[in-house]
Amino acid sequence: MPPDQPGLLAKAWQRGLRDTRVVMAGSVLALVILVSILCPLLAPQNPYDLTQLDIMDSMLPPLSRGAAGQLYLLGTDDQGRDILSGIMYGLQISILVGIVSGVVALLIGTTVGLTAAYFGGIVDAALMRLVDLQLSFPAILIALILVAVLGTGVDKIIIALIVVQWAYYARASRSAALVERNKEYVEAAHCLRFGTFTILRREILPNALPPMIVVGSAEVAAAIRLEATLSFLGLGLPVTQPSLGLMIANGYQYMISGNYWISIYPGIALLLTVASLNTLGDHLRDVLNPRSGD
Amino acid sequence: MLTFIIGRVTQALAMVAVMSALVFAAIFAIGNPVDVFLNEDMTQTEIEAVTKALGLDLPLWQQYLRFVSNIVHGDFGSSFVFGRSALSVVLERLPATLELAFAATIIALLIGLPVGLCVGLRPGSRADRAVMSVTSFCFSVPTFWAGLLLVLIFSVELKWLPTNGRGETVDLFGIPVSFLTWNGLRHLFLPAFNLSLPLLALIVRLTRAGTVENMGLDYIRFARAKGIAEWRIVFVHLLRNIAIPILTVTGLQLGSLIAFAVVTENVFGWPGIGKLIVDSIMQLDRPVIVAHLVMVVLLFSFINMLVDIAVALIDPRVRMSGKAK
Repeated sequence: MPPDQPGLLAKAWQRGLRDTRVVMAGSVLALVILVSILCPLLAPQNPYDLTQLDIMDSMLPPLSRGAAGQLYLLGTDDQGRDILSGIMYGLQISILVGIVSGVVALLIGTTVGLTAAYFGGIVDAALMRLVDLQLSFPAILIALILVAVLGTGVDKIIIALIVVQWAYYARASRSAALVERNKEYVEAAHCLRFGTFTILRREILPNALPPMIVVGSAEVAAAIRLEATLSFLGLGLPVTQPSLGLMIANGYQYMISGNYWISIYPGIALLLTVASLNTLGDHLRDVLNPRSGD
Repeated sequence: MLTFIIGRVTQALAMVAVMSALVFAAIFAIGNPVDVFLNEDMTQTEIEAVTKALGLDLPLWQQYLRFVSNIVHGDFGSSFVFGRSALSVVLERLPATLELAFAATIIALLIGLPVGLCVGLRPGSRADRAVMSVTSFCFSVPTFWAGLLLVLIFSVELKWLPTNGRGETVDLFGIPVSFLTWNGLRHLFLPAFNLSLPLLALIVRLTRAGTVENMGLDYIRFARAKGIAEWRIVFVHLLRNIAIPILTVTGLQLGSLIAFAVVTENVFGWPGIGKLIVDSIMQLDRPVIVAHLVMVVLLFSFINMLVDIAVALIDPRVRMSGKAK
C-alpha cells in the first residue's frame, strides 16, 4: 500500500486560495475550459456555418452592430465572422489538441520512465539516452521535422505534439520512480511476491504522480502554444478546424491597415490560457517542492 | 583538457549520427521515399527510373549509407521550386538567419544583464516584482503573437520601424548583411528584439538569481570588509562569478534561436532559412526540406559542442568533472 500523505492537489488547493495570482489563474482557466465545452450554446453565432455569416458585416470594429442589428462585441473578420464566437470555437480546438496530446504523451512517457527506473541497467541507459537526445533539440525543430514528414491535419499535429512531449514525462517519471523504488513499501510489495507490473502500476505509479502533474500543466501550456505557432505558420490545423493560431494568422494581413482586432483578441485568449496554465504549474511546483524557485 | 574535447566531439558526432538516422527513418521508412524526391506530375516510368537512380531497391542499410554519403558530399538533390542545388538554396539564406540570431543574442545580453543586476541587488523591491512579472509574461507569450504586437505598436501605430523584409544590405566578406546600413538596422531591430524575448527573460532571471545568491556569500562580505567600493564589488567580483552560467546558457540558446527564427522570420518576412522551410513545406519542395533540417541539426550540434568546450576552457570545474567520469 502506498503510504498515506496529504494529497498534492488538496494542499495546492488550500494554499492556492490564499494567493491572488493563483486564484485569478484558476478562475481564468476554469472559464476557458467552461467556454470551450459550452461554446455551441454560448457563442452568438456558429462561425463556421456559412449560412449564419453575412458578408455585409465583414471587418466591423468591436462593439458595432451588424445589418440585422446584432451586436459584435469583439468585431468581425474579413468574412463577417463574429470574433468572439471564433475565439470560443478556436479555444475548444486548441484545448482539445493540447489535452489529448498531453494525456497520450503522459501515458507513453510515464510507461517509458517507470520501465527505465524499475529495470535500470542497460534498459535505463538506452531509454534515457534517447530522452536526452530528444530534449537537446528545441521542440519547434522536432515538430517541423514531423510536420515535414507527416503533413498537416489534426491527427498529424497531435502526433507531432506527442512526440515532442513524451520525453519530458519520461524524464520526470523516471526520477520520481527512482526515489520511490528503494522505499520500504516497494520492498514490502516484493516480499508479497507481487508481479513487476502490479508493483509498477499499483505501488510506484501513484506515488510518482505528483511531479507528473507539475510537468503536465507546463507541458499542456507548451503544447497549446506550439500548436498555435504551427497553425500560425500554416503548418498546423486546416482551415476547416480553425484554432486560435489560424485566426491570428488570418488577421495579420489586415493588421497592417489598422484592423487590429482580428488578430489581437484571439491572441489575448491564447495568452490568458497559456499564462494561467503556467501560473498554476508554478504554484503546484512550489507546493510540491517548497525550496525550488525563488 | 584534450580528453574532454575528444569526448565532447565524439558525443556531437554520435548525436549527428543518431539524428541523421532519425531523419532518414522519418523520410524513408514512414513516408513514401519516392515522394521525397519527386513532384506530383511525374509519370510512372519516370518514377521507376528515379526509384532505381536513388537506389531504393537496395537493402535499407545500404540506402542509409547512400543517404549519409550524399549528405557528406552536400548532395541533397535539386530544388523543385528554384531548380538549383537544394544545399545552395539553404546556404544562401543562412546568413540572414545567423545575423538575426546574433542580433537577438546581443540585444538579450545588453538589456538582460543590467536589468537582472539592478533587480538582483534589491530583491523584493517594487521594481523586482515588476520585472519578475514581465519575465513570466515573456515566458508565456507566444513568440509570433508578441511579434504581431510589436508590429502593431512600432510599425502600424507609431510608424517608427518597417514591418517587413531585410532592408538595404551591404556585402561583408561577400556575405550580405543588414546591420551596417541605417535602413538595414531599422529592419533588423524589431525581428531581432522579438526573437530575443524568451532569451532576454531567461538572462534577466539567471542574472537576478546569481546576484541574489552571490551577494550573500562570504567573498562579497569579505570584499566589503576590505573596504572595496560597491561598484567594484558588483562589476568585478560579482560579475565574474555569475558570468559563466549566463554565458553558457546564452551560448546553448543560440542553437534554439536559429530554430525558433522560423516563427519570427515568418512574422517579419525576414528572408532566412526559417521562412524558406515553411515555404518549402507548403510547396512540397522536399530536397530543400531535407537540406534545411540536416543543416539546422548540424549547426545546432556544432554550436552546442563549441559552447561546451569554451565553457570547459574558462571554468576549471567542468574540466575536472569531465575527468572524474
